[in-house]
Amino acid sequence: MATYKLTTPLTSEDTKKLVAGDTVLLNGTIYTARDAAHKRLVDLIEAGEELPFDLEGSVIYFVGPTPPKPGDPIGSAGPTTSYRMDSYSPTMLKHGSKGMIGKGKRSQEVKDACVAYDGIYFGATGGAGALLGKQIRSAEVIAYPELGPEAVRKITVEDFPVTVVNDTKGNDIYQMGREQYEVKS
Amino acid sequence: MREIEFDDIVKAVKNMILHCGTDLPQDTYDALQKAMEEEKSPVSKEVIRQILENANIAKDEKRPLCQDTGLAVFFVKVGDNVRVKGGLLKDAINKGTEEGYREGYLRASTCEPFSRLNLKDTLGYNLPAIIHFDIVEGDKIDIEYAAKGGGSENVSRAKVFPPAAGKDGIVEYVKEVISDAGGNPCPPITVGVGIGGTFEKAVISSKHALFRDLDTTNPDPELAELEERMLTEINNLGIGAMGMGGTKTALAVHIESNPCHIASLPVSVNVQCHSSRHTHITI
Repeated sequence: MATYKLTTPLTSEDTKKLVAGDTVLLNGTIYTARDAAHKRLVDLIEAGEELPFDLEGSVIYFVGPTPPKPGDPIGSAGPTTSYRMDSYSPTMLKHGSKGMIGKGKRSQEVKDACVAYDGIYFGATGGAGALLGKQIRSAEVIAYPELGPEAVRKITVEDFPVTVVNDTKGNDIYQMGREQYEVKS
Repeated sequence: MREIEFDDIVKAVKNMILHCGTDLPQDTYDALQKAMEEEKSPVSKEVIRQILENANIAKDEKRPLCQDTGLAVFFVKVGDNVRVKGGLLKDAINKGTEEGYREGYLRASTCEPFSRLNLKDTLGYNLPAIIHFDIVEGDKIDIEYAAKGGGSENVSRAKVFPPAAGKDGIVEYVKEVISDAGGNPCPPITVGVGIGGTFEKAVISSKHALFRDLDTTNPDPELAELEERMLTEINNLGIGAMGMGGTKTALAVHIESNPCHIASLPVSVNVQCHSSRHTHITI
């Protein structure tokens, strides 16, 4: 399993070399969105309206951070459970997004969309909010401030550690890892 | 009758919340350390290493361990010879909760179930707390607190079995719940199992089982043996830390058992994530 350092926006060239289980240190701009924000973004796409940020090559982080302490750009910011975004992610990938960061397994539709549109589902360590929050250098709410922790934020990350869960070939580290370590009775 | 000031309860509750938000309890830290040493998968080992590094950063820099700082859950034992002066005990616990979550920059996660509107500006910051009261002999108030996150709560389940299901049926059910959950509840997890009682008694017991320290053994030898059996079978599932595949899916299984109806065998499985933030105080 390899380790890569990548900078956003991601290209198909970037994503196609990644294999489930690889470690990636992400750099650059990523966008945060949870359930409520995804619903609004997908509604805009379907209505053919402009989005609050450019989807092309974008990486979306499923996170609802704690409030920042004075002087900090953001509070603790680990991933939330991803399956709640399963119904929206294929549309996001189809329209140019190249990566998602969350935790937990995805639907077959999301995995198929990763194959079809060169997308990657990255897993970050759930419950490591203090560690991950420290890798976020700046944060700015760019849409839906009324959603509070669920607002869309533009954040800048430096060497943000993630693992490739679903790659562009249809591999899934959750299935592969479990098969390897399961003890059948 | 002994009297305790309302404000003393508020302060005690607030301090528990502030402490638990940033300082992983030692029993949890030690259990994770041991799991990292024993984990066979390099990917899961690295995940647990990050979890421990996260705990060190959170403690040193007073940052919340996780962005999901939970709903505040309390089990409170009130002595029959003590009263709170200046207000209701329930109000004092809620006030301490609000002050703790606000001052610690913890997240307010309570919302209205249908509109999903956050209640921080209406009902109060991360209110209401979930409080279970019991009355005991004595002149003290004992308060157990845990921060309960959503990811692990979402995979929890309960079912009333016919008595014939027996121990084997219970073990199979626990395995099924954890297997279906996969990496979603943030393993390595703690599994609370409530057995017996009525439907709701089993559920509450499974929650309370999660408040027990991880370095303890069940005082009932039969339950201790059943806990060991469940732990082995859960770890044989191969889920691993954050579902990456591995040998350490659970840190511990805790069982609480109650007498039940001759016709029923209620079983509840409540899951806690690796960030098992729990503490208690006696006033």
